[in-house]
Amino acid sequence: MRVRVDSVSKVYPAPAGGRLVALEDVSLDVEDGEFVTILGPSGCGKSTLLQVIAGLEAPTRGRVTFEGAPAGGALTAVVFQEHALFPWRTVRDNVTFGLEVRGVPAAERLALSRQLLALVGLEGFADRYPHHLSGGMRQRVAIARALAVQPALLLMDEPFSALDAQSRALMQLELLALWERTRRSILYVTHQIQEAVLLGDRVVVMTRRPGRILAVRPVPLPRPRDERTMLDPVFVTLVDECWQLIKHDAREALADAP
Amino acid sequence: MRRDAGHPVVYEGAPTPAERPTWPLGGAALALLGLVWEAIARLGWVPALFLPAPTAVLAEAGRMALSGELWRHVGVSLARVGLGFGLGAAVGTVLGLLLGSSRTLWAIGNPIIAATYPIPKIALLPLMILWLGIGETPKVAMIALGVFFPVVINAYAGVRGTDPLMVKAAKSLGAARWQVVLRVVLPSALPTILAGYRLGAGIALLLVVSAEMINATSGIGFLILHSGDLMLTGKLMVGLATLSLLGLASTWGLRALEAWLAPWKEEGRG
Repeated sequence: MRVRVDSVSKVYPAPAGGRLVALEDVSLDVEDGEFVTILGPSGCGKSTLLQVIAGLEAPTRGRVTFEGAPAGGALTAVVFQEHALFPWRTVRDNVTFGLEVRGVPAAERLALSRQLLALVGLEGFADRYPHHLSGGMRQRVAIARALAVQPALLLMDEPFSALDAQSRALMQLELLALWERTRRSILYVTHQIQEAVLLGDRVVVMTRRPGRILAVRPVPLPRPRDERTMLDPVFVTLVDECWQLIKHDAREALADAP
Repeated sequence: MRRDAGHPVVYEGAPTPAERPTWPLGGAALALLGLVWEAIARLGWVPALFLPAPTAVLAEAGRMALSGELWRHVGVSLARVGLGFGLGAAVGTVLGLLLGSSRTLWAIGNPIIAATYPIPKIALLPLMILWLGIGETPKVAMIALGVFFPVVINAYAGVRGTDPLMVKAAKSLGAARWQVVLRVVLPSALPTILAGYRLGAGIALLLVVSAEMINATSGIGFLILHSGDLMLTGKLMVGLATLSLLGLASTWGLRALEAWLAPWKEEGRG
């Protein structure tokens, strides 16, 4: 399946009668099995773009098309930042939420949850509640919960940004390994340059106010990738290039942070 | 602490003291109070008419339990509280959920609730008697009103307090609107709703006793007032002790209900 984002704009009415242009004329394709990262400073509308693609927000102009969408399974599923798990549900019941609302029989849900929890390495934790888990484990549950509905495109909204630096590094490697096994299309939003380059086949760099696509850089690093990839001169050069692209906007974001 | 120049400052190792439970201290204080009370009464420092000994109150409670008098009063009061609480909690929960889910309903309902909430509910008893006659109905109606307010306000707050991220997560996983309400809003509001029930239970107990002191021929409130009039201090004390036990029991019961319905709240996030 290919996802086409075609000239999408999103304008919010601002309190003082003005308008806030979150996205302006954004066009982007995600090919089947591709891992695309969207990189931008805070306030560049990258999360808005993700929510438009997820169908949670309607675009003001433009459209999103899913070409050759498979018959079964969902179009998209979102992995949010931390704290998006349902605290009143056990790990297993979090994972099966999407199956439950689709009316999948209980026996089938149970079998699927076993598979998915094994996939993210949480076999022994099915009956725990989210507050028993570390931040990294919670995000593994969130990934399993999203994969349960078999989305043709997995959307990830800064999923590891609330984790400490070491957990984040480990989760990035786990995600890479998971993607190698499943080869599912992923659109991954982040403000962290190293992360964007390490994970993506392409890095889409966005500007802020209005949110526009500034540049698209293919990442010619071989796969499978791991932590040694970050020592590759190609990686270092590309990270620097991306930093030069967003430095100006990042400074602005720093200046008007509340 | 004074420090002299040139002298090393040393923190020496010491075992961390274990946290000791506090209940033995509280239990001992309660027992001591009982003993002092018993001694004062036995030594005749205060006449039994004003302060019967704890053992005498216990004996009186035993007699009243055997004769069935105690159970009659407790049963009548519990029936009033049960009906009033059930009615007030049910209507309050449903209305609170509706007010929380619709801006329009909130705009209509909020001023009405804000205007009537400050009235002490016992002040409504004469009006209730005027409208509903004497007997059980006005008492039950007043208790229901007393329970309704904390429940409706908490249910509303619970719904409004639902994390929008949870709603987004549910929608992104394919949940329809009614599924979001049933599977996200309701469980997320549940602890706040149950806290409203706890507040309501306290108010119900207060109101039933007040109503029974004003207009009743049975119930714990009547027992206390009537025993006071007849200077039967022992029976009066039995009535007070019963109220204490009922209050404790309702708090414990609702805590147990919360632990059962909202097990994710029991630990971890305090």
